[in-house]
Amino acid sequence: MIITKKKPFEKVLEMTQPYDKVFIIGCGTCSTSCQTGGENEVAEMADKLGDKVIGTAMVEEPCDRRINRRDLKQSKEILKEADAVLVLSCGSGVQTLADYTGKVVLPGLDTCFIGETERIGKFYDRCRACGECILDETGGICPITRCAKALLNGPCGGQVEGKCEVGEYENDCAWVLIWKRLKEQDRLDMFMKFRPPRDYSKKVMLTEVIFK
Amino acid sequence: MISKRPAYSNLVKEIRSGKFVLTGELEPEKTTGLDEILASARAMKPYVVAANVTDNPLSMAFMNSLVPSYVVQKEVGLETVYQMTIRDRNRIALVSDILAAAYLGIKNILALSGDHTVLGDNKGALSVYDLDSAQYVYMLSKMIDEGVDLAGNAIHGKVEMNVGIAANPNANPLEPEVLKIGRKVGLGTDFIQTQTMFDIDLVKEFLVETERFKCPTLVGVFPLKSFGIADFFDKYIPGVRVPVELLDAMKRCKDEPDKEKRKQLYDEVNIDFFEPFIKEIRKTTKAAGVHVMAVLYERIFEPLLKTTT
Repeated sequence: MIITKKKPFEKVLEMTQPYDKVFIIGCGTCSTSCQTGGENEVAEMADKLGDKVIGTAMVEEPCDRRINRRDLKQSKEILKEADAVLVLSCGSGVQTLADYTGKVVLPGLDTCFIGETERIGKFYDRCRACGECILDETGGICPITRCAKALLNGPCGGQVEGKCEVGEYENDCAWVLIWKRLKEQDRLDMFMKFRPPRDYSKKVMLTEVIFK
Repeated sequence: MISKRPAYSNLVKEIRSGKFVLTGELEPEKTTGLDEILASARAMKPYVVAANVTDNPLSMAFMNSLVPSYVVQKEVGLETVYQMTIRDRNRIALVSDILAAAYLGIKNILALSGDHTVLGDNKGALSVYDLDSAQYVYMLSKMIDEGVDLAGNAIHGKVEMNVGIAANPNANPLEPEVLKIGRKVGLGTDFIQTQTMFDIDLVKEFLVETERFKCPTLVGVFPLKSFGIADFFDKYIPGVRVPVELLDAMKRCKDEPDKEKRKQLYDEVNIDFFEPFIKEIRKTTKAAGVHVMAVLYERIFEPLLKTTT
């Protein structure tokens, strides 16, 4: 799931301040699950912003052009009136709606990461979408995401009792977790394996995925 | 896995000759001057075979360590170990600096990850980590032994250097640290310098665990110039704890009002602690030597090392 958090309301006020007619769009998928851009949050935002809100809508997946077309059909006329669209979704949804509406779009949320959910309000960073997954080699624990230095051949000298020097020794050292997991699985050869430098040009070029 | 690379540096020559070697440490700071570094280098020269020059330790934005690494060799005649972290440079910048260092006659590089930027004095900086320290050793081996960069592009001229890595025997759990060292030694490491050690049992355990890698190891010691330094070290250096008794003894010295007397008391505490420590390392372990991180505390070299080495 794409984990988002609400921008401080003062920031939203600042962003919306120049516009008299604001339309709010929420996300029916990830942001609903995060309780940052679901129906309740859209209603709450409309309430807080008051008269300048000319309408609201929920889109099941604002990051999908087809679903925007489907779910915003009924709002087409009122959307035309809007000076700006406040979007409560991840950055992908905001951009897709910018293209779809052709309006000034304002992101009401900050996009954090692709995460794991323990419960609502407790999410963990799990994937940076690096484009070259090596979770088979690291016991299902991603060092790119969970090591503060994204080391492929860790740990570094900054681990103390299995905790990371980044974050006051409260976060687990990813490489100690990987070592433990691989040891339990009797796969320490995978730990010892040298992983050569990544080819970052692949990621730079990875701007689209097209089935052939 | 003894390195087959020639001994390009005096440090590695001395290590391979079987001598118990000593290295010192110099720390460029946020300054445009080198007077202090040069004075320190001159003061430690009689006691050490080489001096490390730190690279923005704790992510503090200090003077580029290549410049003092070169100037100390040229002006003082003391070989340097050019410390390089992969925190602040991508592979292009690393290659660039290594080529420059080769031109300037640098013979030792210590390949480090570097403390994370959030520990430093410019916490908002981007941590680069294009390579990790193992990949950096791999790249250095390509440059030194094969004459090419990471992408296989030929280098004109030779990079004649020896490569060191850091290790942390204080690491707990120790096993992943040991396995990581094995991984790096296999990529072309000529020597290891350890993090600061205060616990002789940990030193011994570590040296036994890493013996199979057959890589010469210099054990790090950090004589403590003042209680303030000891306290800072204890609190802020990742993975390092100063023993309570030593910290208490340093604290007692701090209360001495007479400056000269206070210095003397500090020296006595350090000698009482580190003299037997170094002797024990020399006599009972297979350590290749000791890396003495007495930054700006060069007066301790003479009394500390005259009986231990």
